Amino acid sequence: MYGFEALYFNVDGGYLEAIVRGYRAGLLTAADYNNLCQCESLDDVKMHLAATDYGPYLANEPSPLHTTTIVEKCTQKLVDDYNHMLTQATEPLSTFLEYISYGHMIDNVVLIVTGTLHERDVHELLEKCHPLGMFDSIATLAVAQNLRELYRLVLVDTPLAPYFSECISSEDLDDMNIEIMRNTLYKAYLEDFYRFCQKLGGATATIMCDLLAFEADRRAVDITINSIGTELTRDDRRKLYSNFGLLYPYGHEELAVCDDFDQVRGTMDKYPPYQSIFAKLSFGESQMLDKAFYEEEVKRLCQAFEQQFHYAVFFAYIRLREQETRNLMWISECVAQNQKSRIHDGIVLIF
Amino acid sequence: MDLFRSEEMVLVQLIMPAESAHDTITYLAELSLLQFRDLNPGKSPFQRTYANQVKRYAEMSRKLRFFHDQVAKAGKLAYRPIMENVTNLDELDHKLGDLESELLEINANNDKLQSSQSELMELKLVLQNGATLFHSTRHLENGQQLQSVLDDPSLEESVSRPLLLEQEMQTEPTKHGRLGFITGVVPKVKALSFERILFRATRGNMYLKQAPIDELVIDPATGEKVEKIVFVVFFSGSRARTKITKICEAFGANRYPFPEEPNRLWQMKSEVDERLSELQSTLDAGIYHRNNVLNNIGYSLEKWTLMVKKEKAVYHTLNMLSVDVTRKCLVAEAWCPVSAKPKIQDALQRAAYDSNSQVNTIFQILYTKESPPTFFETNKFTSAFQEIVDAYGVGRYQEANPGCFTIITFPFLFAVMFGDWGHGIALLLAALYLIINEKKFGSKQLGDIMNMAYGGRYVILLMAIFSIYTGFIYNEFFSVPFEIFGKSAYRCRDPSSSIASCMDASTAGLIKYSSTPYPFGVDPVWHGSRSELPFLNSMKMKMSILLGIAQMNLGIVLSYFNAKFFHSAIDIWYQFIPQLLFLNALFGYLSFLIILKWCQGSKPDLYHVMIYMFLSPIDDLGENQLFWGQRPVQIVLVLLALVAVPWMLLPKPLTLRKQHLQKARGQAYGVLDGSDTEDLDKGKEYEVEGEEFEFSEVLVHQMIHTIEFVLGAVSNTASYLRLWALSLAHAQLSAVFYDRVLLFAWEYSNPVIKLVGLFVFAACTVGVLLIMETLSAFLHALRLHWVEFQNKFYLGDGYKFHPFSFNTLSQDYEDDT
Repeated sequence: MYGFEALYFNVDGGYLEAIVRGYRAGLLTAADYNNLCQCESLDDVKMHLAATDYGPYLANEPSPLHTTTIVEKCTQKLVDDYNHMLTQATEPLSTFLEYISYGHMIDNVVLIVTGTLHERDVHELLEKCHPLGMFDSIATLAVAQNLRELYRLVLVDTPLAPYFSECISSEDLDDMNIEIMRNTLYKAYLEDFYRFCQKLGGATATIMCDLLAFEADRRAVDITINSIGTELTRDDRRKLYSNFGLLYPYGHEELAVCDDFDQVRGTMDKYPPYQSIFAKLSFGESQMLDKAFYEEEVKRLCQAFEQQFHYAVFFAYIRLREQETRNLMWISECVAQNQKSRIHDGIVLIF
Repeated sequence: MDLFRSEEMVLVQLIMPAESAHDTITYLAELSLLQFRDLNPGKSPFQRTYANQVKRYAEMSRKLRFFHDQVAKAGKLAYRPIMENVTNLDELDHKLGDLESELLEINANNDKLQSSQSELMELKLVLQNGATLFHSTRHLENGQQLQSVLDDPSLEESVSRPLLLEQEMQTEPTKHGRLGFITGVVPKVKALSFERILFRATRGNMYLKQAPIDELVIDPATGEKVEKIVFVVFFSGSRARTKITKICEAFGANRYPFPEEPNRLWQMKSEVDERLSELQSTLDAGIYHRNNVLNNIGYSLEKWTLMVKKEKAVYHTLNMLSVDVTRKCLVAEAWCPVSAKPKIQDALQRAAYDSNSQVNTIFQILYTKESPPTFFETNKFTSAFQEIVDAYGVGRYQEANPGCFTIITFPFLFAVMFGDWGHGIALLLAALYLIINEKKFGSKQLGDIMNMAYGGRYVILLMAIFSIYTGFIYNEFFSVPFEIFGKSAYRCRDPSSSIASCMDASTAGLIKYSSTPYPFGVDPVWHGSRSELPFLNSMKMKMSILLGIAQMNLGIVLSYFNAKFFHSAIDIWYQFIPQLLFLNALFGYLSFLIILKWCQGSKPDLYHVMIYMFLSPIDDLGENQLFWGQRPVQIVLVLLALVAVPWMLLPKPLTLRKQHLQKARGQAYGVLDGSDTEDLDKGKEYEVEGEEFEFSEVLVHQMIHTIEFVLGAVSNTASYLRLWALSLAHAQLSAVFYDRVLLFAWEYSNPVIKLVGLFVFAACTVGVLLIMETLSAFLHALRLHWVEFQNKFYLGDGYKFHPFSFNTLSQDYEDDT
């Protein structure tokens, strides 16, 4: 049924949409950030957060606090929200919510594999993993020696298995391989998610495809910038771009042959939505690109809430919370290290 | 009349010296008569003056919560009083810190011991189960081998088969020697995927044997009780060993050594047992020590929590005060009832004296245009009724409070719908039960529904009493009539038969033989007779209208008292009078006719009178004439009603406009006259405070009001007919249960059927009539009050007075626990 969401959406999704909109109302506002920026110590941060949705999570933490505790608790809040929604959700919303967590799964796999490659303790690595992307046998990843083994041993049980079809090789794992693996996995994941959203149809498809296209384009730009000056060939680079999005296919051709940042800018300037992002940066400057992209993403995510009867709000909420956690981490770090002058550089205001 | 108008409130300013501020606020909180205003709304919590204290108490309450968890975890303990009694908060802070670190240390030690104990337990289990595992495995191996040897002759087609077998047989003894194994314990939930991963990692070159452990095992890492299994993995090669070891680690499977020789096994078992018993005694000692500490804490935990909460609340309030530039005194603004001033001043003096302050707190009244909060001094009886009104909207400051009338009218209207003195008595017993056990219930945490019933116990009491009264009037006792108040005035048409055996009572009806009617309420013999329904319907319908008109008139009269109290002549002349005229010209007249008809016993058709009063007022009334001069009176009444509508609509907005224009002109003069800048400023202030006047808006507003009132006069009167409908429904339902269930069952001689019938009757009476009907009658009475009565005068746009008090804090504490 296409285009009749208003008629039947609330049967299954109404309760959860209400829940997620309620959660969204709990996101920190510009006024909150203003107050947080004036904090003198992490205890002040805690005190301010006590009046927000994070209150119950931080209330039982003994002071003195650490940045990691704050971030951990904020993430815990996100995970609790996510799990609450997931347990309440019915098909196809539950699948949709699961899709959201796959990205973290990929990151966790990469984290563990890289960690074991550098001979770090598995339990230490497990603590660093994002709780949203945990799966049962994640600790076993450390056993694997090459990609084929990785797939056969562990990942075949996880939802990531289909994405691995393109990167099974017997090559030993090294940093380069892992990075390529991450991007290949991400590409397959985004394409799969994109197809799934299109299948859902309606407003979900329209909004989610737009958001995912933006994500894909951002990754394409990131890959390009990060691979400049490495031994990655142009064809290999081209293969890592997702096969959808605004840049597909002509933008990808151009990005594949870029050799420096200004060429990337030249390419991106041809696409009006991205022109505005790059226009904020001065020539030759690439550090602020991340923030510019984050800002654009947050803007788009907020717009997802303008429409009703679709699933993109769930995606948007999870992403916005993550952005908020990043903001809080930045603020806490700045406060803890007494770098208050730089506090505004890292915050992406949500409202 | 305390309840009729809310307490007179004033905004007061308290200027208190900084050193005595804390004590002052504490004393005032105990008084709970002041509602403080936040004077620094722009400041975030950590920028306020006493942020550090608040932080400190937050930290202390965190510690207390930790103790609370620990005490709850330790289960029921015998609390013992500790010798020293902590009253000073600084001491308490220290003590809490000490206790926390002590407790944490004990816990850490206990955890360590616990985990080594559970490790030993697991080892013991491995040793116990391992033997059987090994045994059966050996058995299996031998059996398989035997089987394969036996099978061999039948597999003739395979050429390589004998070779393989030979090879196997050759390597078998040596291989068995090199075959490594790992024993351990793994959680049951992970067992399946553990086996799968093992299989994949070794490409199937392993053999896993597992045995479930019957009881729950404490996991050494987390300290939680989980279901676990003992496993043995057999494998060959050292690479496989490292792999399997890694996998074991990843799955949280604890590996334990397992000796193969039986005598070493036996020796190890006894060693483990010995160490376990040693550990157990150490552990017991640790737990005893911990319980001791917790006993001490548990005794005064509640007191400490309350103390910290109070302090925290005091500092929160102090944070709302603004600090003087010199930082020597704090300025508070608060609402308080005028009558409480002496009490407050007394408390201030005591506070200043007790804190050895040289300066007293300055207490002065501020004059403001802001609307003060609404505060009624209620007791346990009136509070439930006031709640009913407040649920609709908290009254505007000092406007007439419907709560004062609701105390009687609400239960009465309820009873009109619920008239049955049998049911009334049942309800009364329930209410009395709640009231007698008031103290017991009050101290307890009740469920949602029980809490509601408890909160409204006095409402239920009055409802029950009134129900008994109306029940006597309707002459209903579980739908059975009783001849209590005298002799019935009617008898059967057939003089020989008694009322009970009268055959034609429901067809031809009864005849009146006595000139004196039944003295109180409905004549009992009418029950079930032909004239019962027509008579009751007519009576209840007319009674509903009379009650409705009376209550609505009361509402309109209250609007007069409001207008008079607020000195608003416009509202009296252009709202109260036309409203009163309009309602009474139509429905007041109807009520008059109803009463007149009752008195005369004549038979005019009142519908006809009312309808033709409008359609053709000058026509001859014929037999509908009730009194002399009825026609001119009706014409006058119709004209009055017609005049009342524009009277309500137009003059008020026009007058307001005129007043506004005059005021604006006056203001212009004021500005011109004053040449000082001060006067100019004042003028500006005036403009800001003066409300915007938009004529069209006021007119539309008045139009809506008028239309609402005119239509409402009809629809509200009709709405009161629900009194009739519900009381009819209640009587019919109870008659159905009585006739169709109880009497039906009573016709059988079988006692079982009688018993079942009685049980069904009781269940229906309680479930449907006493609970559901009570709720529905309650809701309808609520609606009649909120809509039909209160819309005549009640604005309900005020806000409630929330004094700063410690009492609410202790309630919070109970909620938390």
